[in-house]
Amino acid sequence: MGVEGIGARVVRKEDKRFITGKGRYVDDIKLTGMTHAYFIRSPHAHAKVKKIDSSAALKMPGVVAVLTGQQLVDDKVGNLICGWAITSKDGSPMKMGAWPAMAPETVRFVGQAVAVVIAESKNLARDAAEAVVIDYEELPAVADVHAAIKAGAPQLHPEAPGNQVYDWVLGDEGAVNAAFSKAANVVKLDLTNNRLAPNPMEPRAAIADYDSAEEHFTLYTTSQNPHVARLVLSAFYNIAPEHKLRVIAPDVGGGFGSKIYIYPEEMVALWASKRVGRPVKWTSDRTEAFLTDAHGRDHVTHAEMAFDANNKILGLRVKTYANFGAYMSLFSSAVPTYLYATLLSGQYVIPAIHAEVIGVYTNTTPVDAYRGAGRPEASYLLERMMETAARQLNVDPAALRKQNFITQFPYQTPVIMAYDVGDFNASLDAAMKAIDYAGFPARKAKAKADGKLRGIGVSCYIEACGIAPSKAVGSLGAGVGLWESAEVRVNPVGTIEILTGSHSHGQGHETTFCQLVAERLGVPISQVSIVHGDTDKVQFGMGTYGSRSAAVGLTAILKAMEKVESKAKKIAAHALEASEADIVIENGEFKVTGTDKAIALPMVALAAYTAHNLPEGMEPGLKESAFYDPTNFTFPAGAYICEVEVDPGTGKTSFINFVAADDFGRLINPMIVEGQVHGGLVQGIGQALLEHAIYDANGQPVTASFMDYAMPRADDVPSFNLSHTTTLCPGNPLGIKGCGEAGAIGASAAVINAITDAIGKNNLEMPATPDRVWRTIHAA
Amino acid sequence: MYQTTYHRASSVDEAASLFAKGSDSKFLAGGQTLLPVMKQRLAGPSDVIDLGRIKELQGVELSGDTLTIKAATTYYDIMTNADVKQAIPAIAYLTSVLGDPAVRYRGTIGGSIANNDPAADFPAALLALGATVKTNKRSIAADDFFQGLFTTALEDGEIITAVSFPVPAKAGYEKMRHPASRFALTGVFVAQTKSGDVRVAATGASQTGVMRVPAIEAALKANWSPSAIDSVTISANGLLADIHGTAEYRANLIKVMAQRAVAAAR
Repeated sequence: MGVEGIGARVVRKEDKRFITGKGRYVDDIKLTGMTHAYFIRSPHAHAKVKKIDSSAALKMPGVVAVLTGQQLVDDKVGNLICGWAITSKDGSPMKMGAWPAMAPETVRFVGQAVAVVIAESKNLARDAAEAVVIDYEELPAVADVHAAIKAGAPQLHPEAPGNQVYDWVLGDEGAVNAAFSKAANVVKLDLTNNRLAPNPMEPRAAIADYDSAEEHFTLYTTSQNPHVARLVLSAFYNIAPEHKLRVIAPDVGGGFGSKIYIYPEEMVALWASKRVGRPVKWTSDRTEAFLTDAHGRDHVTHAEMAFDANNKILGLRVKTYANFGAYMSLFSSAVPTYLYATLLSGQYVIPAIHAEVIGVYTNTTPVDAYRGAGRPEASYLLERMMETAARQLNVDPAALRKQNFITQFPYQTPVIMAYDVGDFNASLDAAMKAIDYAGFPARKAKAKADGKLRGIGVSCYIEACGIAPSKAVGSLGAGVGLWESAEVRVNPVGTIEILTGSHSHGQGHETTFCQLVAERLGVPISQVSIVHGDTDKVQFGMGTYGSRSAAVGLTAILKAMEKVESKAKKIAAHALEASEADIVIENGEFKVTGTDKAIALPMVALAAYTAHNLPEGMEPGLKESAFYDPTNFTFPAGAYICEVEVDPGTGKTSFINFVAADDFGRLINPMIVEGQVHGGLVQGIGQALLEHAIYDANGQPVTASFMDYAMPRADDVPSFNLSHTTTLCPGNPLGIKGCGEAGAIGASAAVINAITDAIGKNNLEMPATPDRVWRTIHAA
Repeated sequence: MYQTTYHRASSVDEAASLFAKGSDSKFLAGGQTLLPVMKQRLAGPSDVIDLGRIKELQGVELSGDTLTIKAATTYYDIMTNADVKQAIPAIAYLTSVLGDPAVRYRGTIGGSIANNDPAADFPAALLALGATVKTNKRSIAADDFFQGLFTTALEDGEIITAVSFPVPAKAGYEKMRHPASRFALTGVFVAQTKSGDVRVAATGASQTGVMRVPAIEAALKANWSPSAIDSVTISANGLLADIHGTAEYRANLIKVMAQRAVAAAR
C-alpha cells in the first residue's frame, strides 16, 4: 500500500467542503423563477376525502396553484410501485392496494399528502394551505399488527382482504418438524423489533424544473440512487421518457435507506412544474420527515429453537408479522422476506429452518429498508435466541455459540444463502479477549457490592451484503438487476475522472474510490476526482445501499481500470519500443521492467489524445467503462460484546465497555470503516435503548418530533473498542465484504443480552428505556 | 412562522409600553420555547418584544444571605457565576444539566419560570428554596407564583425582573433526564434553610406542574439523610404518565432523586 493506496487512513477529501459549509445540497439550489410547494397532509389515520375547497386559497397573495389528487389521476400520473414481487405460500401474488402520490379519495395514514399549494415562497404556500378547506369523513383506523389481522378490523385496501399483503414461507417445514420431534430441549422466544424513524440529518428535498421547449425535466433530489429514480419515474409514473428526464442527487446528508425510494413529493413536484410552467421546490421539515420518510423494522415474532442433548442446534422455527404501514414502499416487500429469513441461519449450523412471514397493512407510515434492512431483525432474533438458550440450558453463552458455529466453508444454509468464507471463532475470540470475558464474573461481583447490576452480552452477527447478483435476485422477484457500472476517463494531461453509479451520501466515496486509483497507478488522490449522482454524466447505476458500493461499485471501477491500464501499457510499450509484457506501473510511471526506461502517465495520456504515434489500428483516447455483476452476496460477520451497568434505582443503563471485532474482508480506508462502524453501532444502540416510532390505537403518531422520539446522543454511547479479523471475500477481486450496516445489525442484541444478564430477567423488549428496565426489575 | 413585528426594548418600562401597544404581544427572553412554537405556527403573536438586551435585567448579585439573579441572565452566565457557585452551588449544578450548550447560551431564568413548563428545572429550585419573584409591579413568593401547567401568577404584560433566593444551609438537585427532550423526566430539589426548615420540590412529575413533596420534607426534617427517605411512600396518583415514564416510575424517581439530591447537597 502506498501512502494513499488501499489500506491507508487517508483523510476524507470531501470533508473540507462539508465542514466549511460549502456542501451543495438540494435546498441550497435556487433556480430563476422558482416556486415553492407546501403539501397539505391528512390529520387522520384513515378517512374519506369528501371535498376540497381551494377557492379562498387561490385568491391569496403569491399563490400560483392548488393541485389535488384528482388532478393527478386526470393527468394519468401513475401510482407508486413496489419493485419486488413476493409470492404467498398458496402461490398467489402479493396483494397490494394502489398508492397515488396524493390521495384522491381515501387517506390511510397521518401525513399522507392530499393536495399541494404552489406559491412564490414557502411561507406564502403555507399561509394558503391553511385556507384550503378539506372535508374528511373519518374511518376507523388500526395501527397495530395483531389488531389489523383480527376479524372485524378496519380494512385498508379492498385488494388485500384481512389487511394481509402476503403469507410467505421459506425452508423445509417437514424437516423442521422432524428436528423438533427428536429435540432434547426446545427454547421459545417472543419478541418485537421496534419501529424506527430513520432521521438522516438532511431532510428530503426536491426541485423539479420543466423546460417546455425541450419537453425536458430536471429533478434535483435527495436520492441514494438517482438512476433508479429516473428509471421508475420514466417507466412506471409516465413523467417523461428517460432521455427527457435528468435526475441529479448532489450532496446528500445521510440516507440510511430512507432515500432509496421514490416518494410522492418528487413525483408531484415534477408534474406540478409542468403544470405551472416554473421550477417547483419542496423541502421537508422535520415533522414531515417523521410522518413521511419510510420507517424501519416493526416486526412481531415468535420463534422456537430445538437442541439435542449435547446442545447442538437441530432446527429453528420462526413466525413473523411484518408491519408495512399503509402502502407498499419501493423495496418493502423484500425486507422481511429475502433480506430477513435468508439470514436466519446466522453464524450457526442449523440443519433445518422454516420461516413464515405475514405482511400486514396498518394505518401508519409506510415501512421499508432502514440501515441493515431485514438483517438486523434476523440477527436480533437469533442472538436473543442464543442468549435465551444459554440461560435455559445453563451453559456459557459464548461457549454455546462456539459449539454451533459454522467452521467449514463454503457453507450452504437451508435458507438460500451460501456463505463463501468466514472465521467466526476468530472474531468471537478477539472480542472476548478485548473485553476480558474471563474476568467478567469478578467485575460483576464487585459491582454488586457497590449496589450496581452489571451484565455482559454477546452478539455474533452475519449479514448478506454486496447486493447483489442480478440473476439471483431476479429469480427471487426483484424488478431490477443489482450490478454496478463505472467509467474511467484519463484526461489528456493525466488527471483522472471516475464516473460511478454508486452514490455517496456520507460514505466517503470521493476518498476511498480515489485510493484504488492511487493503489493501481501510484498517482496522488488529488489528481483523481469522482463523479456521481447525475444521470446526464453517469450512464447508469444502481446506487448505494446494502453495503454494496465497495464490493460492487468499486469492483466495477477496478474492471474499468484494468482496461485503461491495458491500453495505456500498449501505448507505453509502443513509445518505449518495448514489449507490452515488460511494462510495469510504478509511482505514476509506465516502466520497462529491469531498465531505467519509463514514461509518465501524463505523457501516455497525451499520446493517447494527440494520436500522433499510436500502435497500428489503436483508437485514440484513454477512457474505458465496465459493468460488474457480482457472483454472490458478500458475508460480513463479526462479534460484538458489551458490558453494562444498570442502576436499580432508575433502571438506567450505562456502558462500561463495548467491543466490536468485525470481518469486512479487505479495508480500503480503515478510518472511514471505523466511522461506519461507529455510526452503525450508535444506531443499533439507539434501537436498543432509545428509539421507537409509536402510534396510538387510532393511528395518531405519538413521536413526531425530537421532543418525543429519542435519538442517541454522544453521551448515550460509549467510546468503542474496535478491531478486525480478516478473511478475504473470494467473490470479488479486491476481497471486500462491506461495512456500512454491520454495527446496526449486531449491536442491539448485544445491548439487550447485557441488560437482561444484569437484571437477571430475560424478557425485555426494545427500547430498554429506564422506565421499562425499572419495571422489569421490580416486576413480580 | 406567521408574520410578526419584532421590537428590541432597551428598558423594562419601554418593554411594558411596547407590549401594551400590540394587539397580541408576547415577550421574548431566550426564545427557547416561544420561537419553536412560533415556527410551528402554534403561536402567532402580533408583536414580539425582546427583553434580552435590557441591561437592568442582566446579572447576579449576592447581598448578605440573598442571592438575586436578574431575569434575562442566561443559564450559561448563571452556571459560571462565582457568587452562584459559592452561595447556592445546587443552582449552578442545575443550570449545568439544563438542556444542552445551545439552550444554556440562550435560555434565561426569567423565561423558564414565566413559561412554567411542568418539566422545567428552575421552578423546582424556586419552590424548594422559597424564592421571591420580582416583577415590574410587585414581589411574588414562589409558593404563590406557580399555579399549574404553563400557568403563573403573572398578569398580562407583567415583566419578571429578578428572582431572589435566600441562601440555604444546604441544597441539592438531581434529575432523571427525559431521554428525548432532556427536560426533567423527574427532578427533585431539596433545601435545608438556615433556620433548619426543609423544603423539597419535584418537577416533571405532577400533572399540575412543579410541586412540594411534604412526605419527604417531614422525613428530612427529622433526619437530613438519604436513608431517611427509604420508608417514605409516594403515591402515583396525579403523576404524569407518558411513553417515557409511567406514573409509578415517576413516583419512584421522586424518592430516588430526592435521596441523591440529599447526598449531593452542599
